[in-house]
Amino acid sequence: MPAVGLGHYLAVAAILFTLGTVGIFLNRKNVIVILMSVELMLLAVNLNLIAFAAHLGDLTGQIFTMFVLTVAAAEAAIGLAIIVVYFRNRRSIEVDDVRMMRG
Amino acid sequence: MEGILNWHAALPELVLALAAMALLMLGVLLHRSAREMVSLLALATLALTAALVLGSDRPLSAFGDLFLVDDFAVFVKTAVLGAAALALVLSLEWNRRERLDRFEYPILVLFASLGMIMMVSANDLMSLYLGLELSSLALYVLAAIQRDDLRASEAGLKYFVLGALASAITLYGMSLTYGFAGTTRYDGIAAAVAAGPMATGLIVGLCFVTAGLAFKISAVPFHMWTPDVYEGAPTPVTAFFSVAPKFAAIAVLMRVLAGPFGAAVAQWTQILVLLAIASMLVGAFAALRQANIKRLMAYSSIGHVGYALIGFAAGGEEGLRAVLLYMTIYVVMNISVFGCIVAMHRQGVACERIDDLAGLSDSAPGLAFALAILMFSMAGIPPLAGFFAKLWVFLAAIEAGLWPLAFVGVLASVVSAFYYLRIVKLMYFDTPAGAFAPLHSGVAVVVAFGGVFSVGFVLLPSPLLMVAGSAARSLLAP
Repeated sequence: MPAVGLGHYLAVAAILFTLGTVGIFLNRKNVIVILMSVELMLLAVNLNLIAFAAHLGDLTGQIFTMFVLTVAAAEAAIGLAIIVVYFRNRRSIEVDDVRMMRG
Repeated sequence: MEGILNWHAALPELVLALAAMALLMLGVLLHRSAREMVSLLALATLALTAALVLGSDRPLSAFGDLFLVDDFAVFVKTAVLGAAALALVLSLEWNRRERLDRFEYPILVLFASLGMIMMVSANDLMSLYLGLELSSLALYVLAAIQRDDLRASEAGLKYFVLGALASAITLYGMSLTYGFAGTTRYDGIAAAVAAGPMATGLIVGLCFVTAGLAFKISAVPFHMWTPDVYEGAPTPVTAFFSVAPKFAAIAVLMRVLAGPFGAAVAQWTQILVLLAIASMLVGAFAALRQANIKRLMAYSSIGHVGYALIGFAAGGEEGLRAVLLYMTIYVVMNISVFGCIVAMHRQGVACERIDDLAGLSDSAPGLAFALAILMFSMAGIPPLAGFFAKLWVFLAAIEAGLWPLAFVGVLASVVSAFYYLRIVKLMYFDTPAGAFAPLHSGVAVVVAFGGVFSVGFVLLPSPLLMVAGSAARSLLAP
């Protein structure tokens, strides 16, 4: 059985990132799913950074990952707050309802 | 300078951060009726920060080269802080009228500005990311700050989703760049890019970072959020969005592409040429059928970013100087046009249709005259400031041999002249739609500033030319 190398990690991260992107555009149901997709994309980035950090024997990638995790938490908090505000006004968070303005 | 803290290089940022946090406490403690003081103190903070920026030693790097202060950073920071202050002035009366006078508003503007001036000074992908996110997170909240309004909350939601997507794309590009260059430092990446043929990972990283930043400057095809967010957000917030973050993001794009990816100029010039052509055409043609003035200004700003990118694609000191001049002139003109839009209200209700401007020259000749000057300037009619802005980017493009770009640019500016001049025609030759409420003095100052700048720029262009020139030089030869 071949050892798991850098390429494998990068492939997994690329797949996760693609899933996240596709999730944002194909999902027509719920805005929360979009939030989950964004988190998936950020996790893919973290996996990339950690894999590179281990491969290069360099700490920068790990520190970067810490920053990304912190910022992702703040981003999720703000995203959920905006979704709550939107729900209060619209009584729905279905993606297809978010179209009062079109352009 | 490795290992030296040099914390005084970041003095303006530290002052701004501490003042914003102090004002947050003050806002909580103050009585409701005294909260307008927070806005005024925020204005004073922006002025103090700008003074510190102008007085900073340069070139100077700090925090182990994570942070860099040079002429370019000082130029852009001053413009960003000035734009934020003008947008804050526009919001004073608007917020009182729309019952939006929460003390969080000026503080969010301060934090957004802090993020922007941090990312302009970033000399490492990590500090760039932190500055970018600090400004973006504050801007998402600002877009949705009118929380009882469906359109504003929808604007906030759209801006958040697409902004988060853009951040993730940029970040993925940064992770690949880090992996293939082996470092996040700009000089290290520059060395890796310059050494021999570029690794595929670096090219992919370059594309992702550029695409993510193109979202932030709303260049076509990454502009989908712009019209909706500009229309839905409260007008002073839109005014802020259309100037400060745009200038900061374009400056970051310049620093990243000209610095770490400087050796890959052949690759990114192609991307920029495509972005510029698409932005100019969409900005010119999509604006033709808009009835809402904020939507019109959204497409107009997309077009203006296209023109600025022409200068960037041309490259070299002259091209970069042209971008800086274009963006500075654009910022002043645009914030004043938004001042006019803030002034559009009758019986306490804001008007947003272009038709509401009909016959303005009868009821408010001064405002109509200023808006007419600004529209002529936006259209690029000599001898107003907007003409010189366009002239310099086109000259830079022609000198770099980018004839098609200059050609499309001239074509697009002819088309866009139609909708700018239509507003002038509406104001002067159509039957009046009724008078607006009297002009607030702060708004009047912003509008007058833009008008005087547009007319007077031709008389004294050399100081701005000189400063922009040294900023462009410092970007190319650190």
